[in-house]
Amino acid sequence: MTGPATIFDRPNTYIGKPEPRADAARLLQGRGRYVDDLNLPRMVHAAFVRSPHAHARIRAIDVTEARAAPGVLAVYTGADIAAEVTPYVGTLTHMAGLRSAPQYPLAVDVARWQGEPLVMVVARSRAQAEDACDLIDADLEELEAVCDQETALSPDSPLIHEEFGSNLAWERLVEAGDVDTAFAAPGVTVVERTFRFGRHTGVTLESRGTVCDYDPSENQLTMYYSGQAPHMMQVILSKHLGLPEEDVRVISNDVGGSFGIKIHTYGDEIAAAVAARMLRRPVKFIADRMESFMTDIHARDHVVTARIGVTAEGNIVGIDMDDLTGIGPFSMYPRTSAIECNQVLNLTGAPYALQNYRARGRVVFQNKMLMCQYRAVGHPIAMAVADGLLEEAGRAIGMDPVALRKKNLMADDSYPRQSASGMKLDDLSHQKAITKLTEIMDYDALRTDQAEARKRGVYRGIGLVSMVEVTNPSPMFYGIGGAPIASQDGATARLDAGGALHVASSITEQGQGTNAILAQIAAGVFGVPIDRVRVTTGDTRNVPYGGGTWASRGAGIGGEAMLQAAHALRDQVLEVAGTLLQTTPEALDIRDGNVVDAGTGAERMTLADLARTVYYRGNELPSDTKPELIATRHYRVTDFPFVFTNGAMAAHVEVDIETGFVKVLHFWAVEDCGRVINPMLVDEQVRGGVVQGIGGALYEECLYSPEGQLLNTTMADYIVPMAAEMPDITVAHIETPSKTSVLGAKGAGEAGTGGAPAAILNAVNDALSPLGASLWQMPMTPQRVLTALSEG
Amino acid sequence: MKAPDFDYCRPGTLAEALSLLAGADGEAQPLAGGQSLMPMMNFRVAAPEILVDLAGIPELRGIARQGDMLRIGAMTTYRELQDDPALQAVPLIAMALPHIAHDAVRNRGTIGGSLALADAAAEMPALMMTLNAVIELAGPDGPREVPATEFFLGYYETACEPDELLVAVRVPVAQPGEVFGFHELVQRHGDYAMAGVAIRATGVAPIAGLAVGFFGVSDRALRVPAFEEALTGTDGSEAAIAAALPKLDAIEFEGDTKISAETRRHYAGVALKRALKEMLA
Amino acid sequence: MTRDARITLTVNGEEISAVVAVRTNLVDFLRHDVGLTGSHVGCEHGVCGACTLELNGKAVRGCLTLAVQADGGTVTTVEGLADSGRSDALRAAFTRRNALQCGFCTPGMLASALSYIERGGSDDRQAIRDHISGNYCRCTGYQSVVDAISDVIREGDGA
Repeated sequence: MTGPATIFDRPNTYIGKPEPRADAARLLQGRGRYVDDLNLPRMVHAAFVRSPHAHARIRAIDVTEARAAPGVLAVYTGADIAAEVTPYVGTLTHMAGLRSAPQYPLAVDVARWQGEPLVMVVARSRAQAEDACDLIDADLEELEAVCDQETALSPDSPLIHEEFGSNLAWERLVEAGDVDTAFAAPGVTVVERTFRFGRHTGVTLESRGTVCDYDPSENQLTMYYSGQAPHMMQVILSKHLGLPEEDVRVISNDVGGSFGIKIHTYGDEIAAAVAARMLRRPVKFIADRMESFMTDIHARDHVVTARIGVTAEGNIVGIDMDDLTGIGPFSMYPRTSAIECNQVLNLTGAPYALQNYRARGRVVFQNKMLMCQYRAVGHPIAMAVADGLLEEAGRAIGMDPVALRKKNLMADDSYPRQSASGMKLDDLSHQKAITKLTEIMDYDALRTDQAEARKRGVYRGIGLVSMVEVTNPSPMFYGIGGAPIASQDGATARLDAGGALHVASSITEQGQGTNAILAQIAAGVFGVPIDRVRVTTGDTRNVPYGGGTWASRGAGIGGEAMLQAAHALRDQVLEVAGTLLQTTPEALDIRDGNVVDAGTGAERMTLADLARTVYYRGNELPSDTKPELIATRHYRVTDFPFVFTNGAMAAHVEVDIETGFVKVLHFWAVEDCGRVINPMLVDEQVRGGVVQGIGGALYEECLYSPEGQLLNTTMADYIVPMAAEMPDITVAHIETPSKTSVLGAKGAGEAGTGGAPAAILNAVNDALSPLGASLWQMPMTPQRVLTALSEG
Repeated sequence: MKAPDFDYCRPGTLAEALSLLAGADGEAQPLAGGQSLMPMMNFRVAAPEILVDLAGIPELRGIARQGDMLRIGAMTTYRELQDDPALQAVPLIAMALPHIAHDAVRNRGTIGGSLALADAAAEMPALMMTLNAVIELAGPDGPREVPATEFFLGYYETACEPDELLVAVRVPVAQPGEVFGFHELVQRHGDYAMAGVAIRATGVAPIAGLAVGFFGVSDRALRVPAFEEALTGTDGSEAAIAAALPKLDAIEFEGDTKISAETRRHYAGVALKRALKEMLA
Repeated sequence: MTRDARITLTVNGEEISAVVAVRTNLVDFLRHDVGLTGSHVGCEHGVCGACTLELNGKAVRGCLTLAVQADGGTVTTVEGLADSGRSDALRAAFTRRNALQCGFCTPGMLASALSYIERGGSDDRQAIRDHISGNYCRCTGYQSVVDAISDVIREGDGA
């Protein structure tokens, strides 16, 4: 796409600068506005009785005592809530064959996972609501649970939804070329491994929560929402509570982390809205940490058996894989729980010039918490499978993993092109990225150090990954399948009478710096100092209609809309200025809050003077000049289903072979997210993503008993990465702007989480290889490392 | 989650506290630093009727040198211990303190609370056993003393009766020539140990007067006399350790969601080896 | 003995007197009774560190302390640290280094960092990492937080 050439070389551009976030001042003084900070008049509090069993028939629930408990206003069973809403089904038409059953906010007849809400208690305080929950007697008949996805499809497995006849939710086969023939060719070495990826979850520090307020005088439902997609929630509430969309307002103020956790339909949050309407007053629900572990969506949970074929010269001839993933008892609404598996099939091997590819995916129901889209959907699986196999193949044929990658990565001048799985790719830089990576990490020196260390009985490993990341999705992601999820975003830029720029956008802020980059783009493109920009996001009533923040789309899509809106406003202002100054708009520019002579930079008038003239003294303007200093623009990606980014990462680890502990010594990430708007924000977001990826690779797992009981529901038992064990992380960039927009920005939010697990897996296996041991299961816990060593 | 409701009282003397406990018919729960009790209450796994806050009782405070013993009041926080110059006389505690949780927890967590709770993975019980400390209790029938080696009876179970309070612990100060070792295996700094060991010896070449306390291995902190005997008189070499390790059969090692019982047994040996190596270096 | 208690304490320099349910913990009291919502609740079992605040001059977990235990005490929250200027250098460094994203861990992180700095902690990166390892941050990679704390220590040393 072409655009105004002057945008990036303007004297007052902020694009590309490490501009500190304006929001930081507020957050550092304890003046954030998170959902639980709200205290509305007459507000009451919700708590839930949840199923203690993974699978149980509800015989009877006695709420008599709870209703009479101190402070209790209402007690609602599943049937009470069901009477107020229509059920939802997590399917999309473009995910052919995907099936799921109707779901209500609270279990009605059967509870299908431990933690599914059964009864809602509303009381004057959360403590009183919990007291009353303890008084509720639920008579449950425990049913046989389906927990292990590897047996869920066997004919003798119990069924979660009898009407489907099996526990299969979805399956897909992708085939390109002829893997079998390629693998059977002479001289081809085929390596097969089975990978296991444990369940983990987002552990946002601010747990899920909502305050729902209902005003009967206007039939107005307002949801204060700790989430990522306000307009999506507006539609969901409207549709399932039977309210006109315009009577539902969703407001997202500060959000204490989301990572994909807070973008789904959770029964307890919908029930809070229902209760607010029934009680005609604000209802607050804040998940406690146990509820978070039990009921925030879980992620991953894959068993993948995969093969790679490689010639003696190091040419990869193909990849063949079978992914089996458990998603819980329903497909999550509205994004579905098949997207992750679909991504695995789409992305495995996508950096490499593969001719032959076969990938089968099966998505199965089980009696565990629902699995759905969490940061880097499918990426850690796809990258670990492809690059894990690649490094194992390198060991098999005696070829260095960097050389093997360079030989097989797509050439930087070969785009546009497709991956073997059919993904349209453009503007990628795999070869540059791996070259830069090996430079910044000093790859050869690390290999020398590794050899020295081994002589001392110290087992260090170096592991790499070359990766793609799905960003800037088009309507092909969700909208095409009927989901009420906007793929476009809008931005408004408005010049106020004082010369300040007010901008509003449909993308949302969860800490990644959305508001900051909107201000940077708007200030630079329009021409005011950044401290004259004010940003509004996260309110369906006050921002343009759009998708919000997910799939690393904020900068690329919302940023482009902001650029276009700021540019359009600039055109408006310059037209008025031309009239007032009796010159052409082309002879003028806006810099530093002033209209200036484009050639000399000499100030002609201040923006405040111009705006005051337009707003106050319209009599000085020709009658055909509109008194309008506001512009809104929307943007969507049109030429590609997704805009892919690429990166290359490396981990340096030391494995204590006596204890199985893995220490990450250092980590490097080279990221090509197109145009970098704010390197400081991008760098730490990449680091945060890497640390989340290290968590998935080494620590984090939702552990279930065979009966479907979640065993680790505290932060002492479910361990997340903390500062002491994390390495310093070196981040470097390659900038290949996307041609799909003027801004040229692609997403960067998920690369670290998508790539780090593969790099860590490879590094651990590199460390273990002299001992004849290897490990293909995440997280790579000390116990698993020791077991691998004992089997090695 | 929010704690269930309870009555709260804050007695100003030990006698008053004891009488509250005596009158509560087992329904009262003493509150020390609260760093373990409060989470249990917040999870509603502990639901005491009456919480007896010990913070206002002068008899439970203070660190005092009494001859060859350091007497540490039950309500002494880890932070107060860390900051007190008298602690230099008990280097083993000083070695262990940085490994106990984190700063904000050490600022409120107390030595008495940790001993009375008797979490099997906590450091303090094992330290007290290793040091042959003496635990002072007070109850309706007056004060009594229990050697630390006889105090810990099982999962969160001690010799302290429900109507008694742990008043203080008396810890022998280090003697000339005495050496100490400490090592714990944790995946993350400040976590409860997956296995840990505290060591005291009066001599090192050969090892003499050896005491080894294990924690995070079984249902309680413990010492294994046969194991200590087996290592005593040796040079503490890997071979000597290997020869002694079978004596740990006396421990019922426990597995959990992270590691198997067998791995925990292995870890106990690794922790011991590392602590000893550092101690002898 | 009572299930409610009147407590009087000094919060950010202001004397507060209130009747609280004795089961109310300090951070809930500050957030919902006093209206100081800067301190956050992340886990309610003392692990995440989001509720870390200062009681009687020491960093504590607000979720593991009852409000009634703070009776007669002095509390300083993130709001007070800002108003008094004590967190000025740290806030500047956190801003400059982008040591926060969603901001939910930030009040606890600041309290922990300040206690480390004010007790003369060194600028050794691992020592800083060990000290803040009781404060969970899901957004940053911790590196920028370590950078910011290290900056403040070095600036304080006149470096």
